[in-house]
Amino acid sequence: MLVATTLQNRPRAMQRQLRLFIRTIQWLPVFRYGKRFTSIRAEQRTQILCYLQDHRVEVIRCGFWGLRTLALLGYYGRPESVQAIGYAADPRGWEARR
Amino acid sequence: MTRRSYDVVIIGSGAGGGTVAQELSSLCRDGVRIAVLEKGPKLRAEEFTGRELEMAQVLYEDGGGFLNAERTMTLAFGSTYGGSTAVYTGTSLLPPEHVLQRWNVPNCTFADVEQRARKFMTENNVHFLEDKWINENNRLFVEGCRRLGYRAQQFPVNLKGCRGSSLCNLGCPNQAKQGTDRVQLPRAERNGVEVITRCEVVRIGDKTIFARVHAKPQGGKGEPSPWEAGDYQIDAKVIVVCGGAVNSPALLLRSGLEPRLPRLGQGFTCHPAFIMIAEHERAITNFVGHPKSFYLDQFAKSDRFLLETCMYFPFVTAKSMTGFGEEHSRFMRAFPRLQMILVLACDEVDAHNRVTVDGDGRPVVHYRCTPEVMRGLVQGAIVSAKIFFAAGAVRVHLPVAGCATIERTDAERLNLIAEHPDFKPGKISISAAHLQGGCAMGRGPADSVTDGFGRVHGIPWLFVADSSLFPNSLEINPYLTIMALADRVAETIRKDAHALL
Repeated sequence: MLVATTLQNRPRAMQRQLRLFIRTIQWLPVFRYGKRFTSIRAEQRTQILCYLQDHRVEVIRCGFWGLRTLALLGYYGRPESVQAIGYAADPRGWEARR
Repeated sequence: MTRRSYDVVIIGSGAGGGTVAQELSSLCRDGVRIAVLEKGPKLRAEEFTGRELEMAQVLYEDGGGFLNAERTMTLAFGSTYGGSTAVYTGTSLLPPEHVLQRWNVPNCTFADVEQRARKFMTENNVHFLEDKWINENNRLFVEGCRRLGYRAQQFPVNLKGCRGSSLCNLGCPNQAKQGTDRVQLPRAERNGVEVITRCEVVRIGDKTIFARVHAKPQGGKGEPSPWEAGDYQIDAKVIVVCGGAVNSPALLLRSGLEPRLPRLGQGFTCHPAFIMIAEHERAITNFVGHPKSFYLDQFAKSDRFLLETCMYFPFVTAKSMTGFGEEHSRFMRAFPRLQMILVLACDEVDAHNRVTVDGDGRPVVHYRCTPEVMRGLVQGAIVSAKIFFAAGAVRVHLPVAGCATIERTDAERLNLIAEHPDFKPGKISISAAHLQGGCAMGRGPADSVTDGFGRVHGIPWLFVADSSLFPNSLEINPYLTIMALADRVAETIRKDAHALL
């Protein structure tokens, strides 16, 4: 929901590029492992993602960064995740610590 | 289209617009009609909840995720009553003398700008926080610097009644930060200035503004605009553009002024920055207390970087780290033990870095980190890591290293990394909040957009009063300098009132 809402406000071209990038990630491992991304093992997924994050082409790194940012938004944007990591900023500040 | 008429219209309500509004508001007594058009909403006090995504969405342009054209950097700037002064940490530094001298703008002396900045220091209650309100995130920075022989300095801040929520960047829930939303705008309104929120200026014509007022979204935060939603044509004898370093040049470009002002949009700088994160063995006070109380500027000249203490929120923190998976999660799970430092590069005007508009008139910021900026960020990251370890951190997240986690036992790797950094734009989360330039002051249209008093070259009724006036990077947090320059603009308008109004 958080991700969908964020994407709604982004240009259509960016939404299309994101869809294309996700499809590319899904099919990229076929050349190396003979399986799609969702069917390979966790360590193989990590290798693919590292490859994209460190890619020599800047636009691919940027695409990965954007996708990763959305994933982090979807996770750390939820109150339960914030609570789970022990983040508890309070508008009352120091008073709430007493 | 509804038609309105004013003597003076100010576009934007941040450090520049809010200041101009206050400084001109005395004219209201003489029957001068003044309006401030603000694109964003005005929130009620109880609507500042401190919840990260909820507040970012309503207070920042693009929810804080405004990307440059290359998509390698996010730009954070406010879009609300008070502009970015509603979402900064209140740090209030006087302009550096060497920068003003280097700008070399006719009729814009350091002494004059400094004197005006000091006026706003008093007016906005700028002072040093008492030692008892400094949290451990800040204390550890000072301690680490001290052990390494660095001179950390305390930020003067414009707070009144700060409770230490740490939520400054999400709009203070206690209204303690004395931005223009708390000081200058309310005073201007009391004197008779009208503030029209949710009013987006489309373009400027000959002494005319074309604007669109947006309805309050259903269930959204903030007060509705005082005007009905719809399109407006607003006649004005004087127009002062204060939309900030992205929106001001974009508005003037949309208004077709580029042919007569070839420097429009040029000279954009922004102090590109990234967040450094370190983990301590024990919990520290970090998400309580003022987040940005100290800085280190001794490397600004030699290595072109500044360090500032900071403490961000879960999503921004997660986004700021490189990597993913267990290594990433381990830092996030340690949130109560995290110390943070912001590394800012002192960038310079570069021909590539500029503001343009796209086919729909939306602002586009072209920005690439120059090799000097990358070097500055790398050196800043290395020095930050040394400060963290000197302060007792057990591991540091170093985004410019191939393997981003550096354990304390492995600290000798830092010098090696400094020589062979892994700095890849697009991989590292770079952000910027000190957006400057685009309508620079100077001598004439060949080198600038305005004169030393913010008057647009060749258009006597059109002024600019915000950070877009900076001819080059200010090298420090910009708000007091913006206010001082806006004060000069307002004074010019007051002096020329007979001719202009």
